[in-house]
Amino acid sequence: MLKIQDLKRLNDGPGLVPLLSAASLEVADGACISVTGESGAGKSVFLRAVADLDPAAGHVFLDGTERNHIPGPEWRRQVAYVPAESGWWEDMVGDHFNDPDSARSLATEFGLSDDVFKWPVQQLSTGERQRLSLIRALVQNPRVLLLDEPTSGLDQKTSENVEKVLHERLDEGASIVLVTHNADQRDRMASDHFVMAGGVLSRTGEAVS
Amino acid sequence: MNFITLDYWDIGLASLTIAVNAGLSVAMRLGLGQRLIIAAVRMVVQLTLVGLVLKALFSVASPVFTGAAILIMILFAGREAMARQERRFRGWWSYGLGTGSMMAAGLIVLVFGLTTQISPDPWYDPRYAIPLMGMILGNTMNGVSIGLDRMISGMVERRVAIEARLCLGAEAREAFRPVVRAALRAAFIPTINGMSAAGIVSLPGMMTGQILAGADPVEAVKYQIIIMFLIAGGTGLGSFAAVTFAQRRLTDSRHRLRLDRLISS
Repeated sequence: MLKIQDLKRLNDGPGLVPLLSAASLEVADGACISVTGESGAGKSVFLRAVADLDPAAGHVFLDGTERNHIPGPEWRRQVAYVPAESGWWEDMVGDHFNDPDSARSLATEFGLSDDVFKWPVQQLSTGERQRLSLIRALVQNPRVLLLDEPTSGLDQKTSENVEKVLHERLDEGASIVLVTHNADQRDRMASDHFVMAGGVLSRTGEAVS
Repeated sequence: MNFITLDYWDIGLASLTIAVNAGLSVAMRLGLGQRLIIAAVRMVVQLTLVGLVLKALFSVASPVFTGAAILIMILFAGREAMARQERRFRGWWSYGLGTGSMMAAGLIVLVFGLTTQISPDPWYDPRYAIPLMGMILGNTMNGVSIGLDRMISGMVERRVAIEARLCLGAEAREAFRPVVRAALRAAFIPTINGMSAAGIVSLPGMMTGQILAGADPVEAVKYQIIIMFLIAGGTGLGSFAAVTFAQRRLTDSRHRLRLDRLISS
């Protein structure tokens, strides 16, 4: 279970409006919550703060353990943030995976070519990058997934496959925080809905199921 | 030593070359005439003052005054290294990091050279200490400012890739490594190039000066080789220290990438 308590971004300088003010929520094992909101409302700031990429005040617990008791890298392996813009640090796709073989079945499931791991990153489309960066996180079997628009550039069929894999992860006990603009996807995936506006996170209600 | 003393008339004659350049600039409307003349005047004033200061320092040969002169040189080098950076650390870090690295590297190399190889009596004799430190510091400053600039701009440019690795559980050191390597390589290259070209493309300044002053070329070359080694050592140590401290300052105990500790200038 992921528990977030009064998480706020520390001001980056004097006189700046807080980008994230005192967000609190809980995500049970096997549950998915959605966060919607306009661009610039602070959704990514929120996910970054949960992943501990920026200095923040407040508390975040994973299965009852405060994150400051867990080293940063280990925390991020467990609470995996997949940003909307994917990053690449080697020339070849395969070099971004410790074990490309373990990623192959997911790649097939996400409609990627079999030899995608032998391609240069330069050659990838936006959608391919997006799926591969999600796979990169999934193969590490994190406890929590923080997903920023995971299917925004994908066609419907592929989006469904991605959602199917995410549902499998939920069934296995993972938790998901899903930022999405797609209302249908929100309803299909999430049991609890939140909206972000001006750095303030508020609950809009449970899904009708 | 047998060298030809110059009088002021000789200097005036040499300055005609600047006048020719200024004339060219006016004729071709380059707009450089004024800047050229100001730079030339600055050069004359600065060097004359340095000549007077050195003369005074050499005549007293006091360790305190020599140390003070070297400290001032280091502080100016620190300012210069900071001014050359497009982005820099907030607050005192931007000045302290470069200056501290240069000071540590420069002093280690200088004292090593003075006490074990050149061995003047006393070892801090300003006639040796100050020119040596000038040469070591000039090169170390280049290395440090290039290294820091590449390090900081590399981190900013590669933020997305670095954070992607951090998100996957990499430690900061691992995620930063490509940028650190590139920064250190860039810092070392001028020194490597300088050594490769020495004697073929360029006649190093100190050696040339000694030859003009009447020294035996072979003796002058020996000095130059020692200086080249000291310079390479100083540049290497200084750049390594600056890049290492910058790396530590760009992350924290949570292995985040702390670009918020930078400002653009």
